[in-house]
Amino acid sequence: MAAVQSGMGEGVEEKDIKTEPASDGFGNNNANDGRLVSTSPGSNAPAASNKPVAGGPPEDQQTLLAVLQFLRKNKLTESVEILRREAGLPEDDLDPNGADSSGAGTGGAAGSVDSDAGDASSLLTRVTVSSSAAAQAPTKGTIQSDCCQVYDGASGGPVPGNSAAGEDQPDVSVVLSAYSQQGDPALYEVYYSSLKRFIETVLDCHRAELSQVFYPLFVHMYLELVYNNHENEAKAFFEKFSGDQECYYEDDLRVLSSLTKKEHMRGNETLLDFRTSKFVLRISRDSYQLLKRHLQERQNNQIWNIIQEHLYIDIFDGMPRSKSQIDAMSGSLAGEAKREANKAKVYYGLLKEPEIELPLDDEDEEAENEEGKPKKKKPKKDSMGSKSKKQDPNAPSQSRIPLPELKDSDKLDKIMYMKEATKRIRLGPDNLPSICFYSFLNAYQGLTAVDFTDDSSLIAGGFADSTVRVWSVTPKKLRKVKSAADLNLIDKESDDVLERIMDEKTASESKILYGHSGPVYGISFSPDRNYLLSSSEDGTVRLWSLQTFTCLVGYKGHNYPVWDTHFSPHGYYFVSGGHDRVARLWATDHYQPLRMFSGHLADITCTRFHPNSNYLATGSSDRTIRLWDVLNGNCVRIFTGHKGPIHALAFSPNGKFLASGATDGRVLLWDIGHGLMVGELKGHTDTIYSLRFSRDGEILASGSMDNTVRLWDAMKAFDDLETDDFTAATGHIHLQDNSQELLLGTYLTKSTPVIHLHFTRRNLLLAAGAYNP
Amino acid sequence: MAEERRQKQCSVVLPTESMKAMAESVGVGQLQEESCVALSEEVSYRIKEIAQDALKFMHHGKRRKLTTSDIDNALKLKNVEPLYGFQSQEFIPFRFASGGGRELHFYEEKEVDLSDIINTPLPRVPLDVSLKAHWLSIEGVQPSIPENPPPAPKEQQKAESTEPLKVVKPGQEEEGTIQGKSQGATAPDGKGKEKGLIRLKPRSTHELSVEQQLYYKEITEACVGSCEAKRAEALQSIATDPGLYQMLPRFSTFISEGVRVNVVQNNLALLIYLMRMVKALMDNPTLYLEKYLHELIPAVVTCIVSKQLCLRPDVDNHWALRDFAARLMAQSCKTFSTTTNNIQSHFITRLMFLQSWLDDKTQWTTRYGCIAGLAELGPDVIKTLILPRLAVEGARIKAVMEGPVVSNIDKIGADHVQSLLLKHCASVIAKIRPQPDNVEQYRTDYGYLGPMLCSHVMKARTQAALQAQQVNRTTLTITQPRPTLSVSQSGLSGSTGPRTPSIIKVPSSLALMSPRPGTPSQPSPPATKYIVMATSAGAASTQQVITLSSSQSASPVTSTVPSATSTLQPLVKLESGSGPGLTASRPLQKYIVVSLPSSASSSLETKSSVLPTSISSTPLDTGMKLDRSESPGASTQSPH
Repeated sequence: MAAVQSGMGEGVEEKDIKTEPASDGFGNNNANDGRLVSTSPGSNAPAASNKPVAGGPPEDQQTLLAVLQFLRKNKLTESVEILRREAGLPEDDLDPNGADSSGAGTGGAAGSVDSDAGDASSLLTRVTVSSSAAAQAPTKGTIQSDCCQVYDGASGGPVPGNSAAGEDQPDVSVVLSAYSQQGDPALYEVYYSSLKRFIETVLDCHRAELSQVFYPLFVHMYLELVYNNHENEAKAFFEKFSGDQECYYEDDLRVLSSLTKKEHMRGNETLLDFRTSKFVLRISRDSYQLLKRHLQERQNNQIWNIIQEHLYIDIFDGMPRSKSQIDAMSGSLAGEAKREANKAKVYYGLLKEPEIELPLDDEDEEAENEEGKPKKKKPKKDSMGSKSKKQDPNAPSQSRIPLPELKDSDKLDKIMYMKEATKRIRLGPDNLPSICFYSFLNAYQGLTAVDFTDDSSLIAGGFADSTVRVWSVTPKKLRKVKSAADLNLIDKESDDVLERIMDEKTASESKILYGHSGPVYGISFSPDRNYLLSSSEDGTVRLWSLQTFTCLVGYKGHNYPVWDTHFSPHGYYFVSGGHDRVARLWATDHYQPLRMFSGHLADITCTRFHPNSNYLATGSSDRTIRLWDVLNGNCVRIFTGHKGPIHALAFSPNGKFLASGATDGRVLLWDIGHGLMVGELKGHTDTIYSLRFSRDGEILASGSMDNTVRLWDAMKAFDDLETDDFTAATGHIHLQDNSQELLLGTYLTKSTPVIHLHFTRRNLLLAAGAYNP
Repeated sequence: MAEERRQKQCSVVLPTESMKAMAESVGVGQLQEESCVALSEEVSYRIKEIAQDALKFMHHGKRRKLTTSDIDNALKLKNVEPLYGFQSQEFIPFRFASGGGRELHFYEEKEVDLSDIINTPLPRVPLDVSLKAHWLSIEGVQPSIPENPPPAPKEQQKAESTEPLKVVKPGQEEEGTIQGKSQGATAPDGKGKEKGLIRLKPRSTHELSVEQQLYYKEITEACVGSCEAKRAEALQSIATDPGLYQMLPRFSTFISEGVRVNVVQNNLALLIYLMRMVKALMDNPTLYLEKYLHELIPAVVTCIVSKQLCLRPDVDNHWALRDFAARLMAQSCKTFSTTTNNIQSHFITRLMFLQSWLDDKTQWTTRYGCIAGLAELGPDVIKTLILPRLAVEGARIKAVMEGPVVSNIDKIGADHVQSLLLKHCASVIAKIRPQPDNVEQYRTDYGYLGPMLCSHVMKARTQAALQAQQVNRTTLTITQPRPTLSVSQSGLSGSTGPRTPSIIKVPSSLALMSPRPGTPSQPSPPATKYIVMATSAGAASTQQVITLSSSQSASPVTSTVPSATSTLQPLVKLESGSGPGLTASRPLQKYIVVSLPSSASSSLETKSSVLPTSISSTPLDTGMKLDRSESPGASTQSPH
């Protein structure tokens, strides 16, 4: 219930909300503001829906009457009775007032061309909301948004408070009303085909650029037709021209194709994405002039209007781009990123490692001999040297984001890490990593997420049956801490107190964590191995203690499935993202998010922290990747180019590059500093679910649904870049198709999709997946 | 193509009849046509919406298959109450029916008696999730261990042999990419010298690891050794193991050399063993045999037409070896013959050459081989190549049978050729000749063999008629011309016996498998199991229907087959090819193959625990019922 309230409240207050779940409302604001805001209007909203029960102010009564009127019209006498009794209304009140208010309702619908049916349905939802509000029921956003919409529709004018809300909220009907401009439906095809003819006849160098216009135009023209109830024309239009569109828009076209009625346009997310965000095209000035002249000559106002209203054309000076250049960058739901979007400075450098004196160790040698593996011994100076180097100019200042203090145990771990790092194998094309594969047997298609701890001692799996299971992959078994009573008994002064607090009786190789009520889609270990995060379909992110193997916190905020979560490499912070299109930044000791990152136009499918914890990347079903600044919540990079939902992200260890994998089976490489795509790795034939750079960044490993692990030469991919060529002014890229040269190895599993990859500190590659007999 | 699909997407809506049917099911009788249309459009749209959301859940569940829970989650997302009762994980039992020009998919909801559910024992608890680690790659090379897929899939083996320049093996990928790199790299950084190698065929490594060498030694020893159980296992391994491709050249050399030596030494037993190895190799689905046919086919052909295959041609049953090899040959003609290699026509030419030019002096053994080889190639070959020669052959047989006694060996040979001709030709003649069958007519057409052919043809016709009656069961009947079944049945090799179903029951000294029923000759692969029951139905009058549970001990033959036929149908009946048209008194063979679903796929079934040896008890547990028709003749025959 609380969620509903705050959700509605925020929705009412916020300006740039995207009609979907109202709680998405506050965009890139500091969440502290958001929380402040959310409390006060939050109390308004429930009042609005509850007051009728108390027979409150006249405006609410009117809405109630409207409802009653509707019910009566539909012969739902029982409900009428119940509602009336609840509200304490005298029966004779009903008729005249009811008629008035319903009339006012339809009339006052702000700018919308609501038909009776629409009104009725909104009234119906109103009923469900008000009755269920009493019954403590739904927390889902569909209802919320519908509910807001009801306020506009049914009680628009006469209610001062609510009308304000109505104007503020870009409600569905308002959004759609932009389509209400009428043209002759029969002429749409003519317009479109004349434009098509024109573009086909222009010079070759402009054709590719101008062809970009086709898709957004097609969509908006189709939607206009649908909105204006020209169903048959719309269908014909779709059939005639949908085949012309680029194949990577197929998914969206499928959504559009099912949308043939105006009523369907409400609540259709794809459609709202189109309407609320301008489709961005990048066109050279010459080409744009050409198009403009053509449209003005032909008096083709219909198309010109669409271009003016729904498209954002990013004009640049210089040579028009080629078809392949355009194809590389397009494919996202809302076109390419604007150039300004990627202009902000990103401090992608790494933070300075804290000074820890590395104890000289003799056993180091022994351990190595025991291993018996031939290893190139890296001079120890290397790891020490990098530390003592002066601050990287691209690194953020150490205190830009407050990071947790290092504990003693963390320092020990760092020392371990350095020791291990000295034994690390130098990888390269001639020295490929060994891959150890962890197969989950008997998972019955239920394995949904996997994570390894950084030191590779634990592996955790999230399952569709709502459980989280943790295994120890070392001989060391998992033990719980003793109960409080037993803890009192132990000698707190003894040296091995940390050993003594563990309960030997509970030692086992795996532990099961129960708590979620839906499939667990994301899982992440804290760097210090004390905690585990899991995100689930039930809308919560849970923090588990790996000392007691119990749930410590359930973070509620996402109302919808949370697809992914990831701990910051420095601990304490974590990020989560899900179906509600908002990524949230949390700190483990706050039960509410610190930041909310909104901007994606579809589900956030994966989240990843930058190695310096100052940034985080989110991949989305809208086929874009966004990089967010943790400090101020701004979106600092938008990467477009994928042709399918993004399911895997990985930062290079030096923080300069980002790799992303999507359902289209391609891995794209991005230069964060310049905000440009720098590579494309083709080879996988199915969704890529996992990406990981080796510890020194030489090798990129990718794991996919096509049952393969592939290794790519990341050094070569990044070294070949001629960074001078980055004419950031135009942002053109010339990608060479060198996937085959960069592919170092393909390793097929028997029948196991690879859903997670991890490089150990010594550069052994661990892979995991569920065997699928 | 894509356009077509999209247009289809646009137009697909539920039929209005569905709306009516649904309305009726909830008690709304008269639904107007307009409302039906409106409803169906609306419902179609909503369903598409839900399906799109469900796909999201599938993707995040890292699955390829949409499950019912995805739909439930999608409904939950829309704040709709999920569907209850659709919990099936794997398989949704939608049924399909058509008739009257309408097609219907429906979900069969059975009425379940609650007490039944309560009384049935609980299914076994599914195994808990467990974690298992293995090496996918060791320093860039994938080790050949059971956890990893076979090193080279068939396509790759093929690519390797046909387009050697393009090949990059998984283990040697670095090599390929290094070459590629030196191509692409502008600065020669020490790798320049590899440039010369680029167009070279990568050297094919046939070095075997120590394990592989051991395996090879074990297998070959077992295959030609004296222990039948070991041989069965070895053959099973050859037929199913996916990682043999490195050893294939050695096996093929082993076989061809072995045949060469043993033909000279007339070692019939070893020849049989080697042919069984060929069979096993051919049965292995992961091997690309084409590369080694030049070694295998001569060996097989040798076993068909060689003048002498055994030391005592009058006693030993080398005829069965010829039959078996002929069938192998026919099988390889079918699988490997292409327009480029034209194996079949080469083979035919060879046989025709032998048959026609060496005729007068040819041994009966070679003649038998030629005819068997040709006959196995199918009715068309029989029709065009054997039937015209029937009169000539008949005369020759007559000369031996009725003329002065030359030698016993010739007589036996002629006798075999005669029965072979009768067996194969009768079925073909039965198809091409119109009824009635007139003995005199036959005599004029086919000479000496005419009258016997006539009686065989008539028998074949009655068999066919009988067959037709029996077929109207719901089982799938396929004709099975080649001996994929290795059935332990002795005592069929009499001189009048028809074609025997497999090689194993040649001379009694070689009857490798005990005729005891219920002993599987070869352990079947654990994934799929087949139960084969060979029954012989002589006269239709004495058919009995017995459930297997009561008769399993008495069943004449129960055996397992290697999964040569990929039968996924629940019930498949295999018939030995010469079904209709037998001239001998031996009634036709019928096999019922029951493939049990592999237990791994369904968590409910508990059959996984059943070992291959205890197969006969499996149907008991599942209560499966098998029709088994049996003639008294069969039961008398089985003891010997």
